[in-house]
Amino acid sequence: MIEVQGLTKRYGPTTAVEALSFEVRPGAVTGFLGPNGSGKSTTMRMIMGLDRPDAGQALISGRRYGELRWPLREVGALLEARTFHPGRSARAHLSALAAAGGIRPARVDEVLGTVGLSDVAGRRAGTYSLGMAQRLGIAAALLGDPGVLLFDEPVNGLDPEGVRWIRELMRSLAAEGRTVLLSSHLISEMALTADHLVVVGQGRLLADTSVRELTARGRSLEEAFFALTGASAEYRGAVHPTHDTRHDAAAGDHHGAASVVDAAPERNDR
Amino acid sequence: MTARTVPPAPAPAGHYGFAHAARMEWIKLRSLRSTAWALLLTVAGMIAIGVVTMANTKVPSADRAAEFDPTNNVLAGVALGQLVVGVLGVLVVTGEYSSGSIRSTLAAIPDRRTLLTAKAAVYGALTLLVGEAIALVTFFAGRAALADGVPRPGIGDPGVLRAVLLSGAYLGLIGLLGIGIGALTRHTASAIAALVAVTFVLPAVIGGISGTTVAKFFPTMIAGNSLAVAKPVSDMLSPWTGFAVLCVYVAVVLVAGARLLARRDA
Repeated sequence: MIEVQGLTKRYGPTTAVEALSFEVRPGAVTGFLGPNGSGKSTTMRMIMGLDRPDAGQALISGRRYGELRWPLREVGALLEARTFHPGRSARAHLSALAAAGGIRPARVDEVLGTVGLSDVAGRRAGTYSLGMAQRLGIAAALLGDPGVLLFDEPVNGLDPEGVRWIRELMRSLAAEGRTVLLSSHLISEMALTADHLVVVGQGRLLADTSVRELTARGRSLEEAFFALTGASAEYRGAVHPTHDTRHDAAAGDHHGAASVVDAAPERNDR
Repeated sequence: MTARTVPPAPAPAGHYGFAHAARMEWIKLRSLRSTAWALLLTVAGMIAIGVVTMANTKVPSADRAAEFDPTNNVLAGVALGQLVVGVLGVLVVTGEYSSGSIRSTLAAIPDRRTLLTAKAAVYGALTLLVGEAIALVTFFAGRAALADGVPRPGIGDPGVLRAVLLSGAYLGLIGLLGIGIGALTRHTASAIAALVAVTFVLPAVIGGISGTTVAKFFPTMIAGNSLAVAKPVSDMLSPWTGFAVLCVYVAVVLVAGARLLARRDA
């Protein structure tokens, strides 16, 4: 369970994330969708305690990241493709993390096998392709067998087989009862992988709803997404998701987790 | 929603701490080839320079015999050694930022003070051991290489053991200084520039302007004129004062670096 509560982050005059609140529940893949620069990565970095929020907080199983007792056993994250030293082998990188997490060393070879890097585990990771680097990042995320997983654009650089592998991995992790937050700007991939969607634009929440519900709002998920994000500049308030969106509604008219925030008329010219 | 079918493996009691961070840092340090190569270069270079300098030491003239101190040559190669050890210390921190590995490191050890303490402890201990080994080998090999007629210092002579051990400790302190400067800047180029300025440029420039009054407080000057001396040099800091001053520098830089790491976004 991840709880994001009123999270705000400013970089000088720019507000990257503003009063963002949502929950990510176990047992489902929650897609984190938004255009480039909409604050997805910043939000994930704040969940991981890498960046300090200017307001609000992000909790994992009720604690801030910095308060976790065994972080790697509770949260696994793939934030960027290259989060390892190029001079170190995949095995050494994972062994170091295992030592930090009090994780048994044999687990390193297990996750190397899971992501298909066993044959190249002794090679300097700087020689890896982007796809192999992503696999190493996923191995690191799985190392502590955590109940909460965050993946930021995990399919970048993967071939079609790798994309499919990631999709099945995400689904199986969720099916095991884990909490999975998956960010992407690939809407078609989201439609195949995610159960639930959190849509952001310009650092604000635009929708927190199921994939099915959002898809039903347009001819496709993509169209519904453009309708939402195209309107994000004119954010004003909240309306009930089953309402026609063609009216202004008072802010705060939320109805549970499946609220959709959308204030501007849908565009039909896309 | 699906019920949880695979509960997580029960976590051991307690929580992560310094020992876990230190084990991680030790694995990271020894799994980079550059660590071994750089330290090998330091060991071979410093011993060679020290021994050659000893071998070329002339018999002192009668009026200088009282202040003749061949033990001082133990640190003849310090210009090379402190550069390599200091830069490697810088890279222990800045290499994490340039490669992006800091994000996986902080995911494992979110407490940045614990992390920096572990880095300093592991690298400081390693460079201290390497430094002491270099100083002892250089002393005994260099003594054997002294020309006939040159008075041979004994390890039991007054001040000699102190000079040898403090010389070795100097490398450990420079390693820690590198880590602290790396934590302050988080960028390799600026950290190395700061390190070179403090160890080479500033003492030379300031020494040229005002003699030893201020220059004697710079690390390289302390190493050569305060630490590596069996017979204390006038106008310079005494051995233990010099050592204490260096320890204060290291503590200040590390504490400031830890505070900045904790405050800044990673």
